[in-house]
Amino acid sequence: MIRANDVLAIIHSNSYDEALPALTNMRTMGSVPFGGRYRLIDFTLSNLVNAGIGKVGVLTKSNYQSLMDHLGTGKPWDLSRKRSGLFLLPPFLLGETSTNDNRIEALKGNMNFISRSSEEYVILADSNVVTNFDVNELMKFHEETNADISVVYKKGKTPSLSNIMTFDIDADSRVKAVSVGADEEESNYSLNIFFMKKALLERLINEAFAMHKKSMTVDIFQANYATLRICAMENKNFAVSIDSLDTYYRANMMLLDKENRNCLFNKKRPVYTKVRDDMPALYAIDSKVKNSLVSDGCEIKGEVNGSVLGRGVKVEKGAIVKNCVLMQDCFIGAGAHLENVILDKNVVIKPGKTLVGADDYPVYVGKRIVI
Amino acid sequence: MSKKAECIAMLLAGGQGSRLGILTKNIAKPAVPYGGKYRIIDFPLSNCVNSGIYTVGVLTQYQPLELNDYIGNGAAWDLDRANGGVHILSPYQQIKGSEWYKGTANAIYQNINFIDRYDPEYVCILSGDHIYKMDYSKMLAFHKEKNADCTIAMLEVPWEEASRFGLMLVADDGSITAFEEKPEVPSSNKASMGVYIFTWKKLREYLLADEADPNSSNDFGKNLIPAMHNAGERLFAYHFDGYWKDVGTIDSLWEANLDLLRPSVDLDLSDDDWRIYSKSPASPPHFVSEAANVENSMMAEGCCIDGDIDYSVLFADVVVEEGAKVDSSIIMPGTVIKKGAVVQYAIVAENAVIESGAVVGEKPENVPNRDDWGVAVVGAGVTVGEGAKVAPKAMAGEDVPAAK
Repeated sequence: MIRANDVLAIIHSNSYDEALPALTNMRTMGSVPFGGRYRLIDFTLSNLVNAGIGKVGVLTKSNYQSLMDHLGTGKPWDLSRKRSGLFLLPPFLLGETSTNDNRIEALKGNMNFISRSSEEYVILADSNVVTNFDVNELMKFHEETNADISVVYKKGKTPSLSNIMTFDIDADSRVKAVSVGADEEESNYSLNIFFMKKALLERLINEAFAMHKKSMTVDIFQANYATLRICAMENKNFAVSIDSLDTYYRANMMLLDKENRNCLFNKKRPVYTKVRDDMPALYAIDSKVKNSLVSDGCEIKGEVNGSVLGRGVKVEKGAIVKNCVLMQDCFIGAGAHLENVILDKNVVIKPGKTLVGADDYPVYVGKRIVI
Repeated sequence: MSKKAECIAMLLAGGQGSRLGILTKNIAKPAVPYGGKYRIIDFPLSNCVNSGIYTVGVLTQYQPLELNDYIGNGAAWDLDRANGGVHILSPYQQIKGSEWYKGTANAIYQNINFIDRYDPEYVCILSGDHIYKMDYSKMLAFHKEKNADCTIAMLEVPWEEASRFGLMLVADDGSITAFEEKPEVPSSNKASMGVYIFTWKKLREYLLADEADPNSSNDFGKNLIPAMHNAGERLFAYHFDGYWKDVGTIDSLWEANLDLLRPSVDLDLSDDDWRIYSKSPASPPHFVSEAANVENSMMAEGCCIDGDIDYSVLFADVVVEEGAKVDSSIIMPGTVIKKGAVVQYAIVAENAVIESGAVVGEKPENVPNRDDWGVAVVGAGVTVGEGAKVAPKAMAGEDVPAAK
């Protein structure tokens, strides 16, 4: 039996930042706001904590001020502890040429932290995946399949991420082939959750680094699937790998579906996030809200339809917000009209302004912009 | 010995709040939910922290389980501190035997040792029964400026209501010249808010004297403060101007909740400079569906709304199914209101189930005799069966069987 307190977790907070260039300009993928009151990293962190894992290292590369602000001491996830808990791992430059821009280097740079940890197993995860996933099932799977490495995959349309791995899997869940950056429409694509013995990770990373290898996918998974027993477990639940602004927008919209919500916000495995102590949302007389997700601190006097509202959003009288994702503390002035729009934090839309994106191409407005 | 604190607060949270009936069957009054995500005790605790008072003793006695659990180590209010912080103080056994807190003054008397550990200059006595935002540091500055022995916070109430309060006659310099306890014909409209600041040395003296007096009922308002007054100590009234409400009755609790929906009421919970902190549940944002109509209401996270909500306060994780109506009501966390049920002019406590077609409460205009009207209450965990009725003013403390 693998015990959860024998597992070290490592999260890449900057994974695929380039997939959301506008949103990650000022922040990491992990600190991208999502689903009204969350940041993307909340889902991965909560999954780990809900399984009983108590030691989590968060690898960072750049722009991680907002991430630090969000994670703090790790208290909301019960990771503020005397022993173990949350470790923010700043980039560590290995020699002069390194830019710390690949996973092998990021892991190698923090090898001290990994080696010094006493846990026998390690789980690696990204922060661009939105799912509520039982990590205990993965541990069980790892034992049952007697795998060297267990990976979690999703069946469906391959995300357009660079270096995305897709798998051929046999009846015993063993990975028979690994393709990297394949452009098949439908595939078994990797959600980049990997489980293995810590000693194995150390060996693979040290070897790859010594050989000046750069790519985790090509040089570790593709190079070793024949010799190592890599087994793949399917995530059949709600799971979205954010690969573009469009997917980000759609994933938010998917939360308006009850089944998706019940799946992601599973009562047995709650999703934790930093609390802000806003008051509950206020609906004014004549406010009209339909089919929307609304967070604490919102004050709605206008009309909101098919939208996801972050904390502290104000919608003034006569304003219309349709099919939008509004991040925290946005202000929509009286009579303004927004449709298919993503507003980053603290955006102000002045009274009477109109902003309409296309159905399949939402308009994005950056942080603190006043329109 | 702990580090010296200039001022510490003692929060009287042992009251049963018997006038809240089944709402306080299993919880103490300060733990009663209020305002969509808070409990009453969040207000004095947040006031303390916002006023710079970081050592708070919470005196519990009646049904403390929920309250103790809620306060925990005080992290929600930033009161988990190396020096000071929040402390739960329950009655305890002593060598001469054990006794419950006999009265408010006795409760403090029994905890003299706790207060002495911090060697404070001043002690602020608060109660866990009121909704208000107040800067105690301003009151403390007033106390010091007047060189007072005891300062009592007071607010001016409407004359017609004055006879329900403990009143004070105040001279021009702010000193208190006389007290009137719920007089039939009031000669003042300056009511005590139950917030006191004492110079600790003085209070300590009077607590010992009060305890030694066998005829005393060991109450601040009835015994200790009059004793100080009679002895000619310096008693001052601090004028507070703002929203303050005693939520001691079903009607006042109902009203105080709905006050949050009235823009004219001076109680802003979105004020960044004076946050009211609380323990937040880990629930997603609430969802309002295509079928729902929500107006003039307050709603916390985790709710799932398919029905009609008007002029109501909904706490976290409330479910209102399609065709159900909630009007002028307070719905506490986790309650489910099924298809076609009607909840109006009511308070529904936590985790209750209102089955389809049930009717809770009644509009005042539909009750022929106004004396028969009142807010209906459904207790925690109670199921109101299909098609059943809970009359106005009624309290459903146990399951109500379905209508045949």
